[in-house]
Amino acid sequence: MTDAALDRLIDRIHSARAAKGALDIRGGGTKAFYGQAPQGEALEVKPLAGISSYEPSELVVTVRAGTPLAELEAALAEQGQWLPFEPPHFEPGSTVGGMVAAGLAGPGRAVAGGVRDYVLGASLINGRGELLVFGGQVMKNVAGYDVSRLLAGSMGVLGVIAEVSLKVLPRPVASTTLRFELDQAAALLKLNQWGGQPLPLSASAWWDGMLVLRLAGARAAVDAACKALGGELVEPTLAADFWAGLRDQRDEFFAGARKAVEGGATLWRLSVPQTVPPLALSGEQLIEWGGAQRWLCTSAPAAPLREAAAAVGGHAVLFRGADKSAGVFAELPPAQERIQRQLKAAFDPEGVFNRGRMYPWL
Amino acid sequence: MVMSERPPPSVADRAARQAEVVTALQPLLPAHALLWQHEDTTPYECDGLTAYRERPLVVALPETEAQVGAVLAACHRLRVPVVARGAGTGLSGGAMPHAMGVTLALAKFNRILKVDALARTAVVQCGVRNLAISEAAAAHGLYYAPDPSSQIACTIGGNVAENSGGVHCLKYGLTVHNVLRVRGFTAEGEAIEFGSQALDAPGLDLLPAVIGSEGMLAVVTEVTVRLVPRPQLARCIMASFDDVRKAGDAVAAVIAAGIIPAGLEMMDKPMTAAVEDFVHAGYDLDAAAILLCESDGTPDEVAEEIARMLDVLAGAGATRMEVSKDEAQRLTFWSGRKNAFPASGRISPDYMCMDSTIPRKRLADILLAIQQMEQTYGLRCCNVFHAGDGNLHPLILFDANDPDQLARCERFGADILETSVRLGGTITGEHGVGVEKLASMCVQFSPAERAQMEALKAAFDPVGLLNPGKVIPTLHRCAEYGKMHVKKGLLPFPELERF
Repeated sequence: MTDAALDRLIDRIHSARAAKGALDIRGGGTKAFYGQAPQGEALEVKPLAGISSYEPSELVVTVRAGTPLAELEAALAEQGQWLPFEPPHFEPGSTVGGMVAAGLAGPGRAVAGGVRDYVLGASLINGRGELLVFGGQVMKNVAGYDVSRLLAGSMGVLGVIAEVSLKVLPRPVASTTLRFELDQAAALLKLNQWGGQPLPLSASAWWDGMLVLRLAGARAAVDAACKALGGELVEPTLAADFWAGLRDQRDEFFAGARKAVEGGATLWRLSVPQTVPPLALSGEQLIEWGGAQRWLCTSAPAAPLREAAAAVGGHAVLFRGADKSAGVFAELPPAQERIQRQLKAAFDPEGVFNRGRMYPWL
Repeated sequence: MVMSERPPPSVADRAARQAEVVTALQPLLPAHALLWQHEDTTPYECDGLTAYRERPLVVALPETEAQVGAVLAACHRLRVPVVARGAGTGLSGGAMPHAMGVTLALAKFNRILKVDALARTAVVQCGVRNLAISEAAAAHGLYYAPDPSSQIACTIGGNVAENSGGVHCLKYGLTVHNVLRVRGFTAEGEAIEFGSQALDAPGLDLLPAVIGSEGMLAVVTEVTVRLVPRPQLARCIMASFDDVRKAGDAVAAVIAAGIIPAGLEMMDKPMTAAVEDFVHAGYDLDAAAILLCESDGTPDEVAEEIARMLDVLAGAGATRMEVSKDEAQRLTFWSGRKNAFPASGRISPDYMCMDSTIPRKRLADILLAIQQMEQTYGLRCCNVFHAGDGNLHPLILFDANDPDQLARCERFGADILETSVRLGGTITGEHGVGVEKLASMCVQFSPAERAQMEALKAAFDPVGLLNPGKVIPTLHRCAEYGKMHVKKGLLPFPELERF
């Protein structure tokens, strides 16, 4: 992969490095709110666009990082395929590179896996301006360290993702959404019990006394599960809107949360083991991923909340909020922090990329 | 054979170093957990790649995590290399000892600490066998999905080191997709965890870097795995083809039809003959290639999918198709595939198993190329493929007692790997680089890419004590490899960029 757009990016990196400057890697800019405030000059990746290769029967697509996510998804949909981790589109214009760097996944995450589970390979420009290729375009590959999966959720601190190869899957033939009136504790218990049975579970969301459950897979399996589970059938177009709204944080809970955030509250993402019983925290919670992802909108202070998440084996991310002085991500144990610092230095010795976006020291 | 990176130490130097290491480790371990006498360390000379051997300086068999940490800290202080070892079933020499190093044998970490049916997780020590996890989870209707053929013997710690696959990973994923968290120690002997009991952890996600790192980034002592519900039913189609290209195209056709089979495996004619003689499963000996195509799920779902698969396979030119009638017959269908390696062991004094991956659509191309290579190198080769994910296991048959055969076998293997890279694939799908494929890493990665991997290793292990000399070849080795090939005129694809 060589061309003028790439050469210009590499030149910019060399100049920034020589001037000891900082670069803010930018795709569509739709997740600028996520992490600490960007520092340095914008490095636009959007010119690096286009699907490099896509063969539906290989279940692999290779796509340049600046390609709009919507364009990739449309190309996959034409072949009846999709990205099963359902990456969010918070605003129009999200790019594939931003999707990988942010590492955020939508409603299907608990069952289908996350962004990193679908990364097969990547081209990366490191802090020395070297274009490096790791992984590949095949399902199984253990040649060398798995640098490409490490890039998922790396917030651009290791380098500029130039191109990625992703595993894609056929869209499920059938999908049905059910809803159940259940309190939080009962919903969590049910979700975990169902999870241990051979049911075609695909996504779940609980909010305000209502559990919404998506089943997806072969028609026969979905029909049999509907009969076994009961509940109330949600009309298909309404259901599709609901899951897309949840994925993109446009639905009622998130619309309310955004208003509250404008008024000074914070939207937290609590990532916890899915069997953790209801967390007694002040503020409203929406629960996804079978119990493993809990959104909390609150004005309560950060420290006790982080302690509560850590106490049950999880962690809390300050997802949206004006005041990020408490840090966006939970602090790391010393050995982890040391390795991550050294890793940053190994990829980006001068600290050119996305300085402080994840941690002040990264 | 393995090329040494530096001259071997003198006998006296080695004995002095051994005494120094034994003295340092003796206070940390029970007497029976420290081996250094010649006859005691012999069983640790090699792993499943028996053609490559080295005697470890010392073997340590810790029994507690505290002992593992203490041994690592002592080795770090003395700058002694440490090679972690599970069951020693690896096929690429990843656990081959270091002549001046400690082999850290972790077989005693064999307890299943917890099976949580509600959370669908199991917490197990690194020395627990892969199959033992599924056996422990069976009472809850759950199992651990990755199933390498060696699953009765291989350990979960080794699976983590190699990112092992199996015959069901197209649908259920590799080790990296089924592990939530690992716990272990850094090269310095400091306790550390990667991943978490939740679905993610703060900071850079180091778990996928550690999984498949062949014991070079950390020593893993405990693993939390995801368990999945056992499907109500599984059925398997055995389909024959009179032409390998048709069989390869059939594989692509199944995927193109939107089907993700639970398993999709291929065997060529020589392999089929070898396994039929071994397991008597009733394989079609006239077929040029046999496909095993499995469906699992609810009975209705399986019936629907099997019907669709039969349609696609018939359309792709299958000459014979049989669907398993019951579980016993399904296991019979699989018995040959799972016994491909021992069956090869019966028809040849030795065999070398390759492990490259190629895009599925190139299956026929590589098979035909391998047939050519059999002529070129004067050796026979049987082929089994994880066809669903393009992972090939050509088994080159040879006699290791004949140095010329071993040399030809190594060149044959290198040729398969280079051809795979040229076809858009990779030199190893699931067995790892170890020592066996070091030279082939020079073909797949540029010097800058290899330097970046070395820097990654140094971020975890700055002194370079964990399993040194594996996975990432030195510049010197790559230069030697290039020269050797050019000199002998064996470089089959001169257009490939190498340096």
